[in-house]
Amino acid sequence: MLLIYCPYCEEERSELEFRNGGDAHIARPTNMAEISDEEFEAYFFLRDNPKGVIFERWRHIHGCGRFFNAARDTVSDRFIATYRAGEPKPVLDAEPKTPATVETYEALEGAAQ
Amino acid sequence: MADQAMATRKAPLEGLRGGSPAATVTPAVPASRIALRAPAESVSALSAALGVTLPVRPKTSASTAKRHALWLGPDEWLVIDEDGADLMAAAASSNALHSATDVSHRNTAVIVSGSGAEVAINSGCPQDLSLAIFPVGACSRTIFGKAEIILFRTAEDSFRVECWRSFSSFVFGLLSEGAIDAGH
Ligand SMILES: [Zn+2]
Repeated sequence: MLLIYCPYCEEERSELEFRNGGDAHIARPTNMAEISDEEFEAYFFLRDNPKGVIFERWRHIHGCGRFFNAARDTVSDRFIATYRAGEPKPVLDAEPKTPATVETYEALEGAAQ
Repeated sequence: MADQAMATRKAPLEGLRGGSPAATVTPAVPASRIALRAPAESVSALSAALGVTLPVRPKTSASTAKRHALWLGPDEWLVIDEDGADLMAAAASSNALHSATDVSHRNTAVIVSGSGAEVAINSGCPQDLSLAIFPVGACSRTIFGKAEIILFRTAEDSFRVECWRSFSSFVFGLLSEGAIDAGH
């Protein structure tokens, strides 16, 4: 079971208590009525979907109810850091630390030959 | 003149008994409850008006006699009065900014007691219920199977499990199964 540290409850809880809220730090344009369709599309729909570190919103929906942000490695599912809503992105190491022993889909499929 | 219709209270788990020698599972007596939201500046006035100090640390509660204030989130509490007192009126008398919703009839509660109480609840709840991590007085909103619950440890071997009325037969049934498993 994946454990996620809630910065409001100040402890690790089961993933079953949480819900993903999509990409974090997406700034809503302040001139919404003036931007082009392409600019709106970029703001509203287009996401990077990185392989590696992603910054996401999460909600502790079956706990304190709060939204917070998390830096997560999409390869290993490892949570690198969680922080309260409104706080800036934390400074992380340049390279995501994905341990060689982690059970990724690719690794498991490779071993199942 | 038409006969006057009188509403009678129908408790959702009335008469049910469950569990095992390791853990008994029984419906709690009816209580009044409010879902309370308030900013930090209102906490002391609300605490004075309710007669119980609203806790501000995660997973903690405070009790005065039969009244309990459970921390749910940074500005959210569940206040329970086992004597059924008017908590809405008490909160309103604080004259402090807050939002209170009477959820006395939305919620019901199940009491799980005995040496196997932790095991019975852990049959459907992922939280660490060991005494060091979830001591007497600890409380948390969490999940039990597919239902959201609020868990409140009232003694080393006793928990109050608050759940929505419509989920109560599911919660009671799964707790009873867990209590039977706890005896093995
Ligand atoms: Zn939380």
